Amino acid sequence: MTSTGIGARVPRKEDQRFITGNGNYTDDINLPKQTYAYFVRSPHAHAKLGRINTKAAEAAPGVVAVLTGKDVEKDGVGGLICGWMIHSKDGSPMNAGPHPILAHGKVRYVGDHVAVVVAETQAQAKAAAELVEVSYKVLPAVADTAGATSAKAEVHDGIANNLVYNWSIGEEDAVNAAFDSAAHVTSLDLVNNRLAPNAMEPRAAIGAFDPGTDSYTLYTTSQNPHVARLVLSAFIGIAPEHKLRVIAPDVGGGFGSKIFIYAEETVCVWASRKVGRPIKWTGGRDEAFLADAHGRDHVTTAEAAMDADGKIQALRVKTTANMGAYLSTFASCVPTYLYATLLSGQYAIPQIYAEVDAVYTNTAPVDAYRGAGRPEATYVVERIVETAAREMGIDPAEFRSRNFVREFPHQTPVIMCYDAGDYQASLDKACEMIKYGSFENRRKKSQKAGKMRGIGFSTYIEACGIAPSAAVGSLGAGVGLWESAEVRVKPTGNVEVLTGSHSHGQGHETTFAQLVSDRLGIPIDQVEIVHGDTDKVQFGMGTYGSRSGAVGMTAISKALDKVEAKARKVASHVMEAAEGDIEFKDGSFTVKGTDKAMAFGEVALAAYVAHSFPTTEIEPGLKEGAFHDPANFTFPAGCHVCEVEVDPETGVVEIVDWVAVDDFGNIINPNIVEGQVHGGIAQGVGQALTENCVYDAESGQLLSGSYMDYCMPRADNFPTFRLDFTITECPTNPLGIKGCGEAGAIAAPPAVMNAVTHAIGVKNMPMPATPMNVWNALKSSV
Amino acid sequence: MPDVSMVVNGQNVGGSVEGRTLLVEFIREKLGMTGTHVGCDTSQCGACVVHVDGKAVKSCTTLAVACDGAKVTTIEGVANGKLHPMQEAFRQHHGLQCGFCTPGMIMAAIDMVNTHGKKLSDETIRHELEGNICRCTGYQNIVKAIKAGAKKM
Repeated sequence: MTSTGIGARVPRKEDQRFITGNGNYTDDINLPKQTYAYFVRSPHAHAKLGRINTKAAEAAPGVVAVLTGKDVEKDGVGGLICGWMIHSKDGSPMNAGPHPILAHGKVRYVGDHVAVVVAETQAQAKAAAELVEVSYKVLPAVADTAGATSAKAEVHDGIANNLVYNWSIGEEDAVNAAFDSAAHVTSLDLVNNRLAPNAMEPRAAIGAFDPGTDSYTLYTTSQNPHVARLVLSAFIGIAPEHKLRVIAPDVGGGFGSKIFIYAEETVCVWASRKVGRPIKWTGGRDEAFLADAHGRDHVTTAEAAMDADGKIQALRVKTTANMGAYLSTFASCVPTYLYATLLSGQYAIPQIYAEVDAVYTNTAPVDAYRGAGRPEATYVVERIVETAAREMGIDPAEFRSRNFVREFPHQTPVIMCYDAGDYQASLDKACEMIKYGSFENRRKKSQKAGKMRGIGFSTYIEACGIAPSAAVGSLGAGVGLWESAEVRVKPTGNVEVLTGSHSHGQGHETTFAQLVSDRLGIPIDQVEIVHGDTDKVQFGMGTYGSRSGAVGMTAISKALDKVEAKARKVASHVMEAAEGDIEFKDGSFTVKGTDKAMAFGEVALAAYVAHSFPTTEIEPGLKEGAFHDPANFTFPAGCHVCEVEVDPETGVVEIVDWVAVDDFGNIINPNIVEGQVHGGIAQGVGQALTENCVYDAESGQLLSGSYMDYCMPRADNFPTFRLDFTITECPTNPLGIKGCGEAGAIAAPPAVMNAVTHAIGVKNMPMPATPMNVWNALKSSV
Repeated sequence: MPDVSMVVNGQNVGGSVEGRTLLVEFIREKLGMTGTHVGCDTSQCGACVVHVDGKAVKSCTTLAVACDGAKVTTIEGVANGKLHPMQEAFRQHHGLQCGFCTPGMIMAAIDMVNTHGKKLSDETIRHELEGNICRCTGYQNIVKAIKAGAKKM
């Protein structure tokens, strides 16, 4: 390996610009003649839209235009789409209500887009928005997930019981039979609390129309600019695909929330033609809370059936998933194929049946948030496994061991076929690191200090790199989930890699360069990674679901194979040797058994000057592309163990120790992987201890709409996480990698809640385990 | 509109601003220095931290006119020919991911050393970061970076 190759702890290439204030985020960009947009948003959760009087706003200083849903309709601009068709149990297609970019007829959540004011300055746009008079006829609202199907409010006219779909997976009769003969049944009612993703950079967009070329440019905070372009052109119909350039420059975090195509950027692109000037919109944190897609929000009843030895025979799960007021871009697949397919966890469970009701409510749309379905599944599985072990008097680590999948490939009853893993290895290592054997001593010590100590396990599995495309297509996906790459070798041997993946904190400019460095034997300084611009990169599916390593890098690897193959041909001609005698190692082409050698850069130059080979057989130049469609998901897994101390006087939970042993397959850059695990755990702990999106059940008002009310985890919420890794290579990609981006967020919540319930001796309590919730749980258990 | 003049990163700057213009707006829009970020609207996240007369302040909650005559340092002004030890420490210890909170974190970290000295415990660092939110790193490598950067200041 080169010093900057695979496995090296290389400091990141992208850091220079970020630590010096030279990042280039969307709001940092300003275009000549730029105007500013501000959205008039619904103050009501559910209302009939009456007359919108824009006269006063139009006359306000600096105002360029005020546009409403009527203007959208007049221009024939379509609504936002949901790109994954789910069919109900009875075979009927899901009920998808309209999703206009500016409200039409009704508003359906607080924050829904009613009108846009475009003005010379942001302050003028904001001030004029106050002058837009909207008459609303307020309707009854529903915000409650569990109550959505029986609510008075009908979010979309004609969609009965607010039911998007009633979907199921697994064999219900077989599961019921297993329950009938079970030695022990454990049941739990679980709420997976609703979260706001809260990437630190709020969403922003600049739409610009160029009348000279009849084309548009959109700068946007996107995790997948090509998909944004495809949706805006093919479905919303704003411009032909080749007349729309989408640029996602530096993006300040995404966590899923920037996958989706939202009203704001769509309006900016559309309206830029109407006003004949670029339009910039920069969201505030208040707007982020109101209108960025939220995550989670499941209400579940779960039951596990065990035999007398504690072997799980069956799992039965009934979940209601809140979709919010509209189906966001990938919302429908999250509580179905990204959730119920993971309900087998790390365990060999013969039968699983899950039924999911997806419901509309008068709340912000809910879609993928870090982990997307897999944290919800892991929460169900790991909470019920821990509870079952306690009820049956079996040590929870031992209970897990008895049920682990041990032979691979392993076909679960819920579609997934696990390809590789060693779950016992990560559990054993984690137990050793946390000194599980001496927990009782620590518990006694805490007790002497007046604290209640608990320990909680989470042996999670996730599925990354959704694939193959044909399979996801058969499950309802509107897109393929491959990735593309192009490797352009310059005449000097420097390399430019164009990737369809998008980096918004993941460090691709470093890790992808490490792969090139490793393969071509050149330092990473000679490698440039290009992403996030539809005019540069031909097409790509973007970054989410921990797919960029396993899918995106594999595409680069395949392109590098082709580059190497062609370079060998060139080298064989220049060195006048048979191609079969050419060897390539550490950046040098040599002829077997001779001292002839050419550096990679020399071969690149030879390919471009094209003096030494017949160009009728070998084309000049050195540039290759590849598309990679994986054969299967990858299956990262691991064991996280959390130890907490609870103060019974105050209900305050302190995490006193955390160990994580993850199996991500081979690791490209340990610094970056560890950073992903830290960040993931922090978000998972946030869900378990501090974060909660709360809507008033009656009015549908968001009560947690700022950092004053939505408790973001801070540095002093965490101990120093202790990390280690086990490795089983992924067999379906040449790099043997699995993905690491979501693991922490998936593993953490049940680890925390298992520890808290263990500490205070209750079977169940809701997330987040705030001091008040813990105190109430303690009181009710007395 | 009132006139304001101040020294930003060693340069004399000024102009007329609206009374309501915030320091961060002045820096980003008037001066075109976009390293200072806005991540919230309630003075919680700390992405906007700059130094005014040597003290860390949240520029999203400071009026530009209140800084008339002040010496302001932003993230663009901390490297002096070469990177500031705190910048270098953030890179070496992978103390950033998406980079959005980073300028505020580095400015807060430098202030932390100025206030508490070069030997900082994890506990002090974590406590002092109460005004800075990071969503990517879980803070672990930020704490590591600040500890290491402090020693080299």
